[in-house]
Amino acid sequence: MAEDAGLPAAGVEPILEAKGLSQGQIVRKRFLGHSGAIIGLVVFAIIFVTAFTSVGYWGIPGWWKYSHDQVTPLVNDGVPTASLWPLVWGDHPFGQDRIGRDLFAMTMRGAQQSITVMLVIGLIAGLIGVVVGALSGYFRGWTEAILMRLTDVIIIIPALLLAAVMAQMAGRRDSGSWFATFASNNGILALGIFLGLITWVGLARLMRGEFLSLREREFVDAARISGASNARIIFKHILPNAVGVLIVNITLTMSAAILTETALSYLGVGVKAPDTSLGLLISQNQEAFATRPWLFWFPGLFIVLICLSINFIGDGLRDAFDPRQKKFNAKKARDHGGHPVAATPVTAFDGTKDD
Amino acid sequence: MVTYIVRRLITAALILLGASFLVYLLTAASGDPLEEFRASSAPNKQQLMDARTELLQLDTPAPIRYFHWLGGAAQCLIPFANSCDLGKNIAGQPITDALGHALIQTLTLVTGATVLAILIGITLGIITALRQYSTLDYGVTFMAFLFFSLPIFWVAVLLKEYGAIGFNNFLRNPEIPIPAALAIGAVIGVLTAVTVGGEMKRRLLIGGLAFLFAAAVLVYFSATEWFKTPGLGPVVIAIAGVGIAFAVTLLSAGLKNRKALQSALIAVGVGLVVYFVIQPLLNEATILMIVLLAVAAVLVGLGIGFLMGGYDRGQSMRAAALTSFLVGFLILLDRYMQAWPTYFNNSRVRGRPIATIGAGTPNIEGDFWIMSLDSFTHLILPTMALILISLAGYTRFTRASMLEIMNMDYIRTARAKGLSERTVVMRHAFRNALIPIATIVAFDIGGLIGGAVITETVFSVRGMGFLFLEGISHVDPNPVMGVFLCVAITAMGFNLIADLAYSALDPRVRVKA
Repeated sequence: MAEDAGLPAAGVEPILEAKGLSQGQIVRKRFLGHSGAIIGLVVFAIIFVTAFTSVGYWGIPGWWKYSHDQVTPLVNDGVPTASLWPLVWGDHPFGQDRIGRDLFAMTMRGAQQSITVMLVIGLIAGLIGVVVGALSGYFRGWTEAILMRLTDVIIIIPALLLAAVMAQMAGRRDSGSWFATFASNNGILALGIFLGLITWVGLARLMRGEFLSLREREFVDAARISGASNARIIFKHILPNAVGVLIVNITLTMSAAILTETALSYLGVGVKAPDTSLGLLISQNQEAFATRPWLFWFPGLFIVLICLSINFIGDGLRDAFDPRQKKFNAKKARDHGGHPVAATPVTAFDGTKDD
Repeated sequence: MVTYIVRRLITAALILLGASFLVYLLTAASGDPLEEFRASSAPNKQQLMDARTELLQLDTPAPIRYFHWLGGAAQCLIPFANSCDLGKNIAGQPITDALGHALIQTLTLVTGATVLAILIGITLGIITALRQYSTLDYGVTFMAFLFFSLPIFWVAVLLKEYGAIGFNNFLRNPEIPIPAALAIGAVIGVLTAVTVGGEMKRRLLIGGLAFLFAAAVLVYFSATEWFKTPGLGPVVIAIAGVGIAFAVTLLSAGLKNRKALQSALIAVGVGLVVYFVIQPLLNEATILMIVLLAVAAVLVGLGIGFLMGGYDRGQSMRAAALTSFLVGFLILLDRYMQAWPTYFNNSRVRGRPIATIGAGTPNIEGDFWIMSLDSFTHLILPTMALILISLAGYTRFTRASMLEIMNMDYIRTARAKGLSERTVVMRHAFRNALIPIATIVAFDIGGLIGGAVITETVFSVRGMGFLFLEGISHVDPNPVMGVFLCVAITAMGFNLIADLAYSALDPRVRVKA
């Protein structure tokens, strides 16, 4: 790489590695310096807190006066009462639907569902992806062959079919199996777990690639010679070096997961009425676009906001974890008149943390 | 190489067997195919249930049914025997027929969208990489993230509302009020100013000119009711053609190559003459004729370049061929615009041309131009939705790839030896940046057929996704299996092609023999 070889271009921030900071500190500093990621984080935090406190979660009551399935008399034909100028919140800030349910409560409930699915998928896919990728990349041979063929099989089975099967099973409340009971009581959790069980394949492939290249490095040899067990090498030596790729890709998987969940609910195989989700709200209300457009705008807006903020966080993480990338400041470059700043040698960044 | 391919194919076949077994069992387990009869009160309920049981062989267990299905499917492998048997769907129609129709529908839907998304995405990616950290770069990056986060069904409903219903209402009385024209002009002006780059003065000047031009054109269109009777006419074709000639030469040969520029301009002149000659012929057009004419246009361009010669004959030929192809496209566009009023006033269309659902107006009759306009007006919304969704990925990927290449040592070498920036970008950087993109494109084409399920549902196109969803909702394994087979085979085939293309394009990568 040109940058590693010598002079960083004009306007590059002073190189953090030279200050003797740990990898975690460098990553944190870089991440906090990424304005898009910070905005994404703040937006996501606001949505998260609002969604989970307003309408309550798991029986805990929230501060909002309506719940998502409560029918109240129509006020002003359900037109949203919130407005920016003059700044008022009103009784039904996002409006009401045809039968008088409060859209703010429904949207918040939907946002809860989407965030829950996202987190469950991220957790499960991350866990399985790491284990499968690590095992196949580290041990190679038969383990790799079997695990990778398994991923190949799962990767071509359409997610839609699996979701449909699950929706059918969850719908058969009376069949008495433990799964049907669980799924009908916690529809969204079951959906998240199910999607998590099929979205790990991409992560597993990535992690395998990381492990394949990292296991050939000198520090792994050194650890092995000094008598470290396989488990210790995997968890203490290789995994910390692959954690950047892992976190970034889990974020991207989660942002894709939100879209998958909303799409499945839209097609009628995800979350089902009487519970609600952002995708389901859109699918129920798209016919009413001409008469009640707000029913369509607010859920969509929240899907886009959640997904966008997660994507920006992921982008910030990618920049923060990528040792080659230097934060570039166009203003400073101009102030320097295009002359390169004094070069500081770039120290080797990888593999130095744990050995 | 051959061993590698054979090994990959064998693995693929085994994976396909395993996955198809799973898919069959899952579909069979996904519900009760007799459910609709159980609740019915029809007197012949038992008869209907028996018929359905007979048709789907419900009295045999699902794993055995799978092997029965596999036996039929295996006959597809016998070449030229035409004994393919993928079973029948719940209505008794053979799956092979249904798949054929659905495949055509899906391909017409996704092909244009994918090609356009790739072209626009790569262009945007390269421009943003060359202007890294400019306003344009930040703008495009933000748009890419935004499009990436859009649920396609939401976009589709918005497009239907504003792209179809709104635009059709506008066409009823195509008048653009002066403030609206000024506003649109201002947006175009700002976009141009951001895009051109360079000094602030230059940006403002070009942006201002774009604003004036766009506003004037809109006012003119409004005054002459252009949207009702659109057309380009020879004058616009001539002006646009000269612009194309300069742009193509600038990109492919550089304006310093006078011979290339002259060949491109001659191609525009020939195109103008042909415009008048060809009009009667175009009235009898068929799809084959259009394809032949396009080939002829390219050949004529090559001929002009060859005759003009110059110090680099290949460059002149390339410039002239590209120009004549694009001018030919303008002539085609003009002919479509001539057919527009007829289509607009067609009794089936009744002045609302942009359709929200389906793949064609039912029972419409007309010549080649009317029929293809009908397809276009039906395709335009789903195509836009698909482009918006898939554009972001290509833009981001091209930008990253191009940035990496632009930091390579050989690019510095190329600059150091005094090559023009155009040569460095177009010859040295662009071609190498395309290598990783080629594999992504191959990968995406593999996923195309099954990738538009939601788009097909929203726009009621009866393609592969529709077949698949209908199979699932009726617990009918045969259509699901048919779609799955097509999707999986193309996906795995293009995966292999992507790997092979990578090793063919990048000599540093070799496939393991």
